[in-house]
Amino acid sequence: MNKKTFRYALVQTMPVMVGYLFVGAAFGLLLADAGYGLPWAASMALIVYGGSLQFALLPMIASHTSLVTVAVMSLSICSRQMFYGLSLIERFKKMGKKALYMIYSLCDETYSVLITDVPEDIDRQKFDFYVAALDMCYWVSGCSLGNLFGSMIPFDTTGVDFAMIALFVVICTEQWIGSKNHLPAITGAVCGLACLVVFGPDNFILPALAGSMLVLMMLKNKVEVTKDE
Amino acid sequence: MSNTAYVIAVMFTACLCNFFSRVFPFLLFSKSDELPGTIQYLGKYLPPCVMAVLVVYCIKNITFTALSGFMPMLISIVAVVLLHLWKRNNILSIAGGTVLYMVLVQIVFA
Repeated sequence: MNKKTFRYALVQTMPVMVGYLFVGAAFGLLLADAGYGLPWAASMALIVYGGSLQFALLPMIASHTSLVTVAVMSLSICSRQMFYGLSLIERFKKMGKKALYMIYSLCDETYSVLITDVPEDIDRQKFDFYVAALDMCYWVSGCSLGNLFGSMIPFDTTGVDFAMIALFVVICTEQWIGSKNHLPAITGAVCGLACLVVFGPDNFILPALAGSMLVLMMLKNKVEVTKDE
Repeated sequence: MSNTAYVIAVMFTACLCNFFSRVFPFLLFSKSDELPGTIQYLGKYLPPCVMAVLVVYCIKNITFTALSGFMPMLISIVAVVLLHLWKRNNILSIAGGTVLYMVLVQIVFA
C-alpha cells in the first residue's frame, strides 16, 4: 500500500464518491421498494456493477422479461464501453493478474479518472488500481446504504447526480487546457450533438462514438501535426 | 424457474454482457505484441473525444418546451467550466456546480 498514491486516488475520486453514494442509494431504495433486501442490493452492485444498467434491470425483473431480452438490452446499454479499453490496453497489460479486475470494473467514471494525467511522484499502476477499487466500494456502499436507510434521507436529493456530469465537464475542461490540438474534443462534441438530433436520446450513443472514431481517423494527419508537450 | 433463480440469472446475464463490452477491445488486440499504428493513434486521441460524447450523453434528456427543461443544466455546466477555468480546483468546481444545480432544479425552476 502506497499511502501517498492512495490519498491522491481518494481525492481524485471524491466526486465519484458523492455521485455514487447518492445515485447508488436511489437504486438501493428502488430495489427495497420492489421487495429485495440488502443481500440483493449488495450483490447486484458488485456483480452487475453498472449504473444505468442496474436501473434498467428493475422493470425487467418486475415483469419477468426473458433472459434473451435482458441480454439484448444490457448489450445495447453497455455498448459505449467498447470504446474505453482502446486507450488502456498497454497500461492494463503491465498490471498482470490485476488486469482482469481493471477490465471488469471499467465503468464511465473510472475510465474518466484513469485517462487524466497524474503527477510524476504518483505510482500510475497503483493509482489506477486504487481508483477502480475505490469507485466500486462507493457504488456497493451507496446501493447497500440506500437499500437499508434510503427512505430516511432527511433532505431532497434531487439533482445530486449532477456531480457525475460535473466530473465529466471538469475532465473535458482539463483536457482542453492541457492539449494544443482541440480537434478530438470538437469532433466528439459535434458528432455527439449531431447524432443526438438525428437518432434521438435513446439510440445516439453508439453512432456518435463510432462516427467520431471514423472522423478522428480521417483527421489523423491534422491531429498528429501539432504535437502536445 | 423460481423468482430467486430468475433474478440471479438476470444478474449474471447482465454481468456477462457488461463484461463483454468492457473486455471487447482487449480481446481484439491483446495477442499482438505491438499495437497497430491506427489503434495507438486512436488510443491516444480518443479520450477527449469520448469525454465530449459522454457529456452529450449526460444531457441527452433535456427538453426545450419549458425553461426548466434545459436552463438548470445549461447554467450549471457553464458555471462548472467557469469555476474550473478560474480556480482549477476539481472539488470546488464539482461541488459548486452540483449545489447550484440542486438549488436550480429544487427551488428556482421548480
